[in-house]
Amino acid sequence: MGYQAVMARKQDIVKRAVGIDYEEFSSGVLGFDYEGMMRQAAYSTEEMVKIQRETGVGNTPLLEMRNLTALARKLAPRGKGARIFIKDEAANPSGSFKARRASISIYHAQKNGYRGVIAATSGNYGAAVASQAAIRGLNCIIVQEVFDSRGVGQPEILEKGRACEAYGAEVVQLTVGPELFYYFLVLLEETGYFNASLYTPFGIAGVETLGWELAGQVRELAGRGPDAVVVTHAGGGNVTGTARGLEKAGCKETKVIGASVDLKGLHMASDHDFNRKSFTTGHTGFGLPFATWPDRADVPRNAARPLRYLDRYVTVTQGEVFYMTEALAVLEGLERGPAGNTSLAAAFALAQEMDNDQILVVQETEYTGAGKHPNAQLTFARNNGIEITRGDPADNIPGQRIVIPKHPGQIKLKDVDLTRARRSYLKNAAALVPDGRVSQADCEFLAEDCGGSMDWVKRELAAIGITTGGTKDG
Amino acid sequence: MAVAKQGDWVQVYRVVLPAGQRAPQVPEDTQKVGLELWVKGFLAQAWGTTGEEVSIRTATGRVVRGRLTEVLPAYSHNFGEPQPELLDIAQELRTLLKGGGEVG
Repeated sequence: MGYQAVMARKQDIVKRAVGIDYEEFSSGVLGFDYEGMMRQAAYSTEEMVKIQRETGVGNTPLLEMRNLTALARKLAPRGKGARIFIKDEAANPSGSFKARRASISIYHAQKNGYRGVIAATSGNYGAAVASQAAIRGLNCIIVQEVFDSRGVGQPEILEKGRACEAYGAEVVQLTVGPELFYYFLVLLEETGYFNASLYTPFGIAGVETLGWELAGQVRELAGRGPDAVVVTHAGGGNVTGTARGLEKAGCKETKVIGASVDLKGLHMASDHDFNRKSFTTGHTGFGLPFATWPDRADVPRNAARPLRYLDRYVTVTQGEVFYMTEALAVLEGLERGPAGNTSLAAAFALAQEMDNDQILVVQETEYTGAGKHPNAQLTFARNNGIEITRGDPADNIPGQRIVIPKHPGQIKLKDVDLTRARRSYLKNAAALVPDGRVSQADCEFLAEDCGGSMDWVKRELAAIGITTGGTKDG
Repeated sequence: MAVAKQGDWVQVYRVVLPAGQRAPQVPEDTQKVGLELWVKGFLAQAWGTTGEEVSIRTATGRVVRGRLTEVLPAYSHNFGEPQPELLDIAQELRTLLKGGGEVG
């Protein structure tokens, strides 16, 4: 089966494998009814909590990081240093928050009579799908991008593959390349299984319980919601789901801050670059493209739309995350991550900007294992020619040098310019407009979707040669 | 060379897309190599020797043909070697937290 032939059938294959007619929600050239899709296709918070309790998902502890907070306060100006809390999502059945996303998909697949599920993922989501499928008695195939052309596998991904096999799943391991999606379609067609995509309304709504739950936990101990929540950002589902959950819990003032590891300059589909990174998720290689065009996902309409929800987006370096992973272990007695500690590294710096009576929540941890460990990943980096030093993390060069900070005061945030990200989103949208015109309804959708005002969107579109028509059909 | 008999747990290898037939958007270095696949399962024929084309039955019951690469394939990833750049952090942080002098 040739690449082009299968890709040409993409729409039909995905429609059968997800059971959602995405066309139903379309309006105009670009617009679609996002909230309508989330309402119709997904479940209510109460239903989801019930579904997740059936398979042991959620209700994870919220732990106060007293020593990390004390350390941050030592480094912060007087009166600064917010209380840092962490939601110990590693307590979920498969060791990460991804169990929340998988639980709703697998429930839905079972309810609709699918015999099995397939997910294309090299991350914790694979183990989550495999674990949930095991509980509900469905077959499971996980398709991973693992090796470069030398057959050298990323240790973190090898571990995730092992975990999937431990839960009884079939694991298809591939070399680098976006054609993983092609093979994923081949398998969906062959098996008739459910596409447990990370980006369906089920996959995103499942994370809403995380935001909703942590809001309740913070209220119980402080009498109010959190001031800020830091979310590791990759494909956008973690940000979107958590922010929606916070909104549903009435936390309108809580700031949602995305954090990614800076991997600028590394090409995600490059055979050469593949093994020159230590983090296989939670990095800018996913974070930026998915923010600036969510519909590059494996479903026609991505339910993860991070620009709607991000109040701020920051990056940290690989070395800073490894450092904070050590700090979490030795000061708080929690061996977690490392990749999931991206938001923790950001939070440590963010807390120092916030007042000391404020509350900052790091909304996830993930399990640690062979391969998924600072020593494993730094050994691997060294073997792939990466220089590892201690010094100022500002000297970090993705793919060439990892710098472990000499001092916690060297952990600094880099802000991603969200206006630029919104502009780049609009450019991506404009490329899909056939005749240089969009309708008023499209324009409203774009404004909402990128988190900009209508006026700003119109001005930006005009600047790139797109005019806004008056009628819905433009 | 290893030999597997029917029902043994093995791994097979296949080229899904050969070099030159990759997706157009793939960068140059990736275009030059094939898209390769490995999958594990139980040998679904009487005998097989590594390097031979064989059929396996995977965990979901699919029958997949490919070149036999390993019998009883092992996981080789581990916790790596101790990293000198990480070893001092614990003591430094404890000192700093207890109010000791500046570190580094």
